[in-house]
Parts: sequence; C-alpha cells; structure tokens
Amino acid sequence: MDLRIADIAVSPAEREAVDAFLSPRIGTARGGWDGGERNIELDGRTARGGHEARSHRDLLLPTLHAVQDRVGWISPGAVAHIARRLTVPPAEIFGVATFYALLSTTERPSAAVHVCDDMACRLAGAEDICQQLEVTLGPAGHAQPGEQRTWHRSPCLGQCERAPAALFTIAGDPAIRVSTGPLDAPTILARLDDGVHGQGRLEAVEGPLGTAATPERLEQLRLLAPQAGQPGLRLLARIGRVDPTSLTAYLANGGYRALREAIAAGPERVIAEVTAAEVLGRGGAAFPTGRKWAAARAAEARPKNIVCNADEAEPGTFKDRVILEEDPFALVEAMTIAAFAVGAERGFIYLRGEYPLAEARMQNAIDRAREKGLLGRNVLDTGFDFEIEIRRGGGAYIAGEETALFESIEGDRPEPRSKPPFPVEVGLFGKPTVINNVETLANLPHIVRDGAAAYAATGTPGSRGSKLFSLSGHVARPGVYEVPFGTRLSDLIELAGGVRDGHQVKIVNIGGAAGSFVGPDRLDLPLTYEHARAEGVTIGAGAVVVFDETTDVLDILRRIAAFFRDESCGQCVPCRVGTVRQEELLARLIAHRPRGTVADELALLDELGRAMRDASICGLGQTANSAVASGLRVAGVLS
Amino acid sequence: MTSQPPAGVHLEPGDYTGSDPLVFTSSPARSPQVPSAPQARAPKTVEMTIDGAPVTVPDNVTILAACRSQGIDIPTLCTLSTLTPEGVCRMCVVDTGGRVLAPSCSARVGQGMTVWTDNDRVRHSRKLVLELLASSVDVDLAGPELPDGSIARYMAEYGADPSRFGPPSPPAPAGARDAAEAGHHEQPDGSVAERVAQPAKVDNDLFVRDYAKCILCYKCVEACGADAQNTFAISVAGRGFSARVSTEFDVGLAESACVFCGNCINVCPTGALMFRSEYELRRVGEWREDDQTVTRTICPYCGVGCTLELHVQDNRIVKVLSPLDAQVTSGNLCVKGRFGFDFVHVRPKGSDREA
Ligand SMILES: Cc1cc2nc3c(=O)[nH]c(=O)nc-3n(C[C@H](O)[C@H](O)[C@H](O)COP(=O)(O)O)c2cc1C
Ligand code: SF4
Ligand code: SF4
Ligand code: SF4
Ligand code: FES
Ligand code: FES
Repeated sequence: MDLRIADIAVSPAEREAVDAFLSPRIGTARGGWDGGERNIELDGRTARGGHEARSHRDLLLPTLHAVQDRVGWISPGAVAHIARRLTVPPAEIFGVATFYALLSTTERPSAAVHVCDDMACRLAGAEDICQQLEVTLGPAGHAQPGEQRTWHRSPCLGQCERAPAALFTIAGDPAIRVSTGPLDAPTILARLDDGVHGQGRLEAVEGPLGTAATPERLEQLRLLAPQAGQPGLRLLARIGRVDPTSLTAYLANGGYRALREAIAAGPERVIAEVTAAEVLGRGGAAFPTGRKWAAARAAEARPKNIVCNADEAEPGTFKDRVILEEDPFALVEAMTIAAFAVGAERGFIYLRGEYPLAEARMQNAIDRAREKGLLGRNVLDTGFDFEIEIRRGGGAYIAGEETALFESIEGDRPEPRSKPPFPVEVGLFGKPTVINNVETLANLPHIVRDGAAAYAATGTPGSRGSKLFSLSGHVARPGVYEVPFGTRLSDLIELAGGVRDGHQVKIVNIGGAAGSFVGPDRLDLPLTYEHARAEGVTIGAGAVVVFDETTDVLDILRRIAAFFRDESCGQCVPCRVGTVRQEELLARLIAHRPRGTVADELALLDELGRAMRDASICGLGQTANSAVASGLRVAGVLS
Repeated sequence: MTSQPPAGVHLEPGDYTGSDPLVFTSSPARSPQVPSAPQARAPKTVEMTIDGAPVTVPDNVTILAACRSQGIDIPTLCTLSTLTPEGVCRMCVVDTGGRVLAPSCSARVGQGMTVWTDNDRVRHSRKLVLELLASSVDVDLAGPELPDGSIARYMAEYGADPSRFGPPSPPAPAGARDAAEAGHHEQPDGSVAERVAQPAKVDNDLFVRDYAKCILCYKCVEACGADAQNTFAISVAGRGFSARVSTEFDVGLAESACVFCGNCINVCPTGALMFRSEYELRRVGEWREDDQTVTRTICPYCGVGCTLELHVQDNRIVKVLSPLDAQVTSGNLCVKGRFGFDFVHVRPKGSDREA
C-alpha cells in the first residue's frame, strides 16, 4: 500500500484528540513511513511500514470517536492525520466514518441532541417535540448559521421506559454524552444551552447517579426495573440492592463465587453444565450456548476471543442496559468464566454508543476487577490470562449482527460477512470467537453456581430459565421485567400494570422491528421460543411494545419501514433497494394512493417480502418485511 | 493505425498486424505459461445433485462453477473471475434446501448437497433482484462477464418489470447523494420509485464516473484495493440506499490517491466507469461498437509486456482494456498502458497520414 494523503492542516484540537488516544497505544511516530531510524550501513531509512503499521487498524473507530467527542465532527484534516498515524487510506477512513450515524463528516455545532422518534417515543409525543425543535433550530440535521445547537432524529435509544427520550452529545474536553428522558422541547433546548455554556447541569440529569443502595435509589430504579428489590429474581437480583460501582459490594453479594467454582471444576465441566442447562442465546437467534462454547473450545487457532454483544439497538429493547448499568461486575465475571471455559485470552464488550452511563459503569467494573487481580495476567493465581476491552459502537443497528460487529471492531465498515465460516472458527481478527449477548452471559454465573438442574427447573422444556422482557408503550409501568419462560403475554402485560385505565390493547409488538405483531386475541401466548415458533412469531431479544386503541398502526409500521431503510448496510440488493420500495409502498397505502388496487399493493409487498427473506445476506434484510407484513395483517387496517 | 485488419478477422498470437511497429500481438516465442506453484493437494471430489441430476465435481469449487461445468446458465452481476467474490448482488442465488437461498458465486459445494438452480423460489428472487436493480439504477449498459454480458436477456427470461414499483424519480442534484448522512432520509410519498440517478462525475480527462449506472458491485473498490492495485483511492461510503463509491470527502480523482491505472474501468460491469473518450462519443451519439475493431497487442512502454486490447473507431483509439485472462496482467494495467496513446494520433505536419 502506498498511501497518498492530502496535505491538509489538522487543527490543534484534532491533533490532540487523536494523539492523546493513540500515543499511549502505538507510540508517537507520525505513521508507518515516519519515525524510522537512519541506518548508515544500509544507507536508507527503515520504515515502520508493512504489517506492524497496519496492525492497529482496529483502533480506527475509537480514534474517530475521540475526534468526534472532542470537535463534534471529523474534518478532512483530522482524516489526513489519522490516515498517517494508523497507515489507513483516507478513502477507507471516510468509508468507515460515513457508515455511523453518531459520527459526522460535515461540520456541525458542538452541542447536538439526538431525539428518539421510534415506537414508544412516538406514543409519548416525540413528533410534537420534533416539530417544536424544527421551529427553533431549523430542520433536523441542518444547523442554522451561527447556531451553536443542532438536532437529529434517532431510532430507539433503548430508553423506552422513559419515553420520550434523547441523547445529548456536547463536544469538548471532556465531552458530555447523556441519554435521558422523559423530555419535552423546552427542556431539551435548555439542556442544550447548558451544554453550550459548560454548566454542569447536563451531566447531572441522567437519573439515579448516586450508587449506594439507598431507599431513594431503589425507588428511582423501580422506574427502570419495577421488580427491583423483590425476592425470587435471578438476573435482576442485585438491581437496586447492590452498589454497581463497588467491587466490594459485589463480592459481598455472591460475586465471583461462580468463577471460583468454575476454576475448581475445570473448563470441560463448565461447558458440560452450560450445555446441560440448555441455555439459548438471548440476542435474538436463540442458538444453544453450550454448543457454541464447545465448538470454540475445540477450535485450534489462537488466541481466541470472547465478545459480549452489548449493541442492543433493536427498537423497544433495553434489557441489556439494566445489566450493563446496574450489575456490571456480573458481566465481567461471566465473560471471565466464558474465557476460562473456551480458552480465550481476549475479551471485548461491543457497547452501544447511545449508552454512555453503561460505558462508564462497565469501564469502572473492568478497572476495579483488574486492580484486584480478577482480570489481567494470572487471574486468581490460576495461570490463566484474560483482558477485557470496551469498544463503543457508532450508531448502527447492523453492527449488532455478529460478523458485522467483528468488522466494526477491526476498523472496517460493519457489513455482515457471509457465513460459513462461523465465528467459532473464524471470528474476530480471524480467530475462533464466542460471541454472546449480555443477557445470555448474565445467566452463566447462575448455571455454574447452582448447577444446570436447578437452573433448568425454571422455564419450559424448550426454553430453560427466565427471560428479561422490555415493556414499553401503553402500559402503566414500563420497564424491564424478569419472568420464567412460559409466562403468558397477558400476564406479562398485567405485571407492567396493564394498559391505561379505560383503554384496551389494540396490537402488541413482540421482538421489535425484526419481530412481529399479535392482536388482542393472542395475548394468551405463552412466551417461549417453541410456542412463538409454532405461532409464527418471534420472541427476538424480548421487546414487548403495547399499543392501545388510540394508536395509528400505519404510522408505527411506517416508522419501522423507515428504520430498516436507514439501518440497512447497503451491501445486498434485496435489502438495500427492497427496504426503500417497502417504505414507498407503505407511503402509498397511507396516502390512499395505491398503484392499482390495495390488493395489488399487498400482493406486491408480499412478493417483495419473499425475495428479501430468501435472498438477503443477513438477518436484517431477511426480517425487514416481517413486522410490516404482520402488522398489516393483524391490524386489518386496510380491509 | 492504417494497418488494422478488417473487423472480424481473428488474430492468432504472434500475427503481425502490419507496418505500424507499435501494434503486434504477443509473440509465440515467449512462453505464455508462468510457472505455477506445485499442486498442494490431491484433487478430491464430492457427489451432489444439481436440478435432479447426480454429478461429481471437485470438492473445492463454488456452486456456480459446479453448475457451469454442467452447462447450467446462472446469471451473475457482482462476480468476476479475477476478484474475490463479494456475494452482494444476489442474482446468482440457488436453492440448497436451506432456510434462505445461497449465493452460488461464493457458496462452496458439499458432499450430498442438493441444488436447485431454477425452481420457483430461485426464479422469484432473481426476478425481484432484477426489478429492484432496474428500478433504481440505469442498467442499460450493464451485463455480467459471462456468458454474454447482457442483462436484458435475463430481464426478459425472468419476466422482470421494474415499472411495478412506480415511475422513476427525478435525478438527484450533483453532490446530493454524496452528502447523505447515515441513518437519515427524506420521507418518501411513494409516488415515484427512488433511484440513484445523478449527474456523472466528470473531473478529469481520462475517465468518467457515472454513478447513476452503479449497482454497487464492489468490483472497482476491490480492484483499486487489495485485490489488484493496492492504491485504495476509493471506498464504499455511507450506508443503505445512500451507500456509494467515493473518494475521501468526495474529492475529485486528481486530488485523491488515484493513479489513473483504469483498473476499475476494466472490471466495472455497468458502464458506470467509462473512458472519457467513450463517454464523449456516447454523448453525441457517435459511439458505434459495430464499427469498431479490437486489436490485441503488447504495451509499448516497459518490459513487463502487458496485453492490451485497443478499441479503435474511425481510426482512433477510443478505449484500452486488458483481457482478464491475460497471463501477465489479469486485466490490470498502469496509466501509461491504459491512457498513454495520444501520441499514436499525432502525425507529423504535412505527412500524408496527418489526422
Ligand atoms: C441486524 C441484527 C442486529 C443484531 N443486533 C444484536 C444486538 O444488538 N445484540 C445482540 O446480542 N445480538 C444481536 N444480533 C444477534 C447476533 O448476530 C448474535 O446472534 C448474537 O449476538 C449471539 O449471541 P447469543 O447467542 O448470546 O444470543 C443481531 C442480529 C442481526 C441480524
Ligand atoms: S441484508 Fe441488509 S443489512 Fe444485511 S447484508 Fe444485506 S444490505 Fe446489509
Ligand atoms: S483508476 Fe486505478 S487508482 Fe484510480 S480509482 Fe481506478 S483503480 Fe483506483
Ligand atoms: S462503479 Fe462499477 S464496478 Fe464500481 S461498484 Fe459501481 S457498478 Fe460496480
Ligand atoms: S427510546 Fe424511544 S422508542 Fe425506545
Ligand atoms: S454474482 Fe453471486 S451474489 Fe452477485
């Protein structure tokens, strides 16, 4: 590779942001062709080119984040500087930066707010907020001249329990990033002003920042996980009771007993227990975790990786956030057990960019664990080494697809790879990799500690254990609920306080945008993978969005169609163009301007859906029609 | 260039094409065979069923290769013999009995595999892929390398009717698609089918990028990058329907890392990347492929000996390609071999050959 990098000046702030991140990791040389020593004997310079210089490509996305955080956008000068330092072609940096919604390659004001206009937030008045912001700040994404504030629309921010929600990003040193809700337009504008004027109020709005297990905190946490503090919970047992920032508190509440037992039992026993517990992946695909681990353990290449998929971007889903924010040590322990079992040395948590509090809590947990010898070299004196690194996502739903996620960490565009080969053989950095969802991992300490039999006593034969469901929309107490598999949908909705007084359920979304809709006649559905499959619906990652009779279902379906168009990576034709045609078709139906009859349009939509399902590369395109098609069918809006 | 053989005359390697010393085909004195690495593995085979017929094929080939070896016609757009399969256009899908269809260009054969290349499911997806492409991209010049470079034949064969998705949208203003921000788009009203139509990028004398014709097959990016040229002047940028091939910040090619090797032109299956000379002739309706001659010769510049295919119309070189199967080049040239032929047209003043 012979880089040609434009001679564009990098601003001092950009240079500082890049160098402050990179220099501790790769030294201070300007790049692969710089910093070599003059060698008199060879009469030339030895470049640090080739593999060594290019081996840091995986630092590209974090470096772009560093610039975005500091300056608010990524300029040509910044790209040229990064290109030199990482020996990555500028065109490829541009290709990566333009993929992510949270990175900007055009100049924008330093104070930005990303307003969620997705399902739950729509029900809570997000469109009104957007209209008011448009009056004050101009159209979304187009900052007015001289304006220091800007706003964008955003898909679900994973804060649906406090809809309408928004993410604030204030560039600077340090940058401020806060996800919060519920909000109204005047509050959003005031918070943006706080950010512009550097007043500390914005940082303080994120809710239960105090961490000690006080009654007030428990009360606040009940807004996120209404069962917090109740007995009989497994995955949510520590929520609200244990300080999520304190390793001491974690240790005093059962923490790290599972890792000790795992080490005593040995890797084979751990994998046998996980297999016997029949735990299925909670990230949406419900793949048997034991099988994944056994395959990765059997793989020969080294070093192996454990990746925690914390990209949670499925609309209506925020259950992983509870664990990341409120029980972060459990995830560190679970990943360490997984690493021990499959023989991995490196761990990565790919964490949604819209979850700043989760990132802070997880980083703290990793640092505290490392201090105490629970991470790093020779964990617990067993001779086994394990490190965990957090990688922040950039605002791309598709980056949650496992192979796209690897590409993202490696510093490439998060476009799904074709499978096979599967990650357990060729995964992150081309090495055997176990990738598991946050919630899947959170189950493991329980399996190791209590044994597979005790674990599997909860749930049904086809779906062992308990499941976290994210309830939002028209329910009295939205939030994350833990229930045994087999709980009926109606009971789950009751648990969340049912629909508002005097209203009835019109339609329920299960599984988010990639899921499907059911009508009020199917609320007796037992929530298990096997029942869902038999009924032609999907549990997915456990989103449940309830809509009452006041809902404009077509408006919701249109938002879902827009979501898929926005989030398609664009690689393959059925998805890249199919999602556009689907949204256009829906727009015609909504406007009562069908091409031909409504029946013609529905037939065309069905044809489109079949091709997208059959011929798309990945799960995004394959499911992009399912919620829209089932919503139209169930709501019967057009007949 | 007066010494062209008449159109249609077939040249054998070593045939001397006339008095012009610049134009001759590769010499038979030179071994066409580059020494190749010893075979690493004994060839193994697998048994499988293709469209109901049992066949035995090598165990390391793609399903596409296996089907073509049986004389089965499978449409492809984004696969090219010299480049890594990307598997993105989904034209070549076949039914292997899985939950979803498999891209035959990149999926490998397996023992006991059953493949259907032409059932309803396959035909349906291919038809929709063609309709989706043709409703969003100008595919007039598009065509796969094999068997005959024609997308129109497949449109007819699968009964593809792109107009089912509505009348075409007006072209986007110059630069608008390059400015699209990830994750955002204007809400459509559905009255027109959105297209990638936009003005061509004409920013240098050598070649034109007309992305209204781009099907995003990734071939140019691969050829410019690790598969051939290692220049990395272009990348796919943006995402979803806004994904596009771009230099950094959409700067002109001359400001980018581009070295004008034209290797991207050589692999583009749609005419989106085009010699400026061809582009200008087409614009005035003077591009006449039937009147052109194609002469194989060796590049006159350096000692590497790259095979060239000179496309000549009205006694002028209008395009230079290199065959994908040429031993030395695999279709790749440098700027001199690709574009450095103006001197051929310069005749001494007063000479009877003055242009
Ligand atoms: C478009 C798309 C987005 C996805 N997003 C996520 C995600 O945010 N979190 C997650 O855990 N899995 C996600 N998945 C599923 C992952 O590909 C993968 O199956 C999962 O991480 C495996 O973990 P598990 O076996 O523990 O469920 C997504 C899949 C697709 C197709
Ligand atoms: S289905 Fe969609 S998201 Fe998946 S690879 Fe294809 S274009 Fe990308
Ligand atoms: S002409 Fe060569 S260097 Fe320029 S974009 Fe095409 S392949 Fe890349
Ligand atoms: S310009 Fe040509 S080669 Fe490049 S992606 Fe588009 S169609 Fe393919
Ligand atoms: S945060 Fe708005 S819908 Fe989830
Ligand atoms: S030719 Fe196989 S996917 Fe394009």
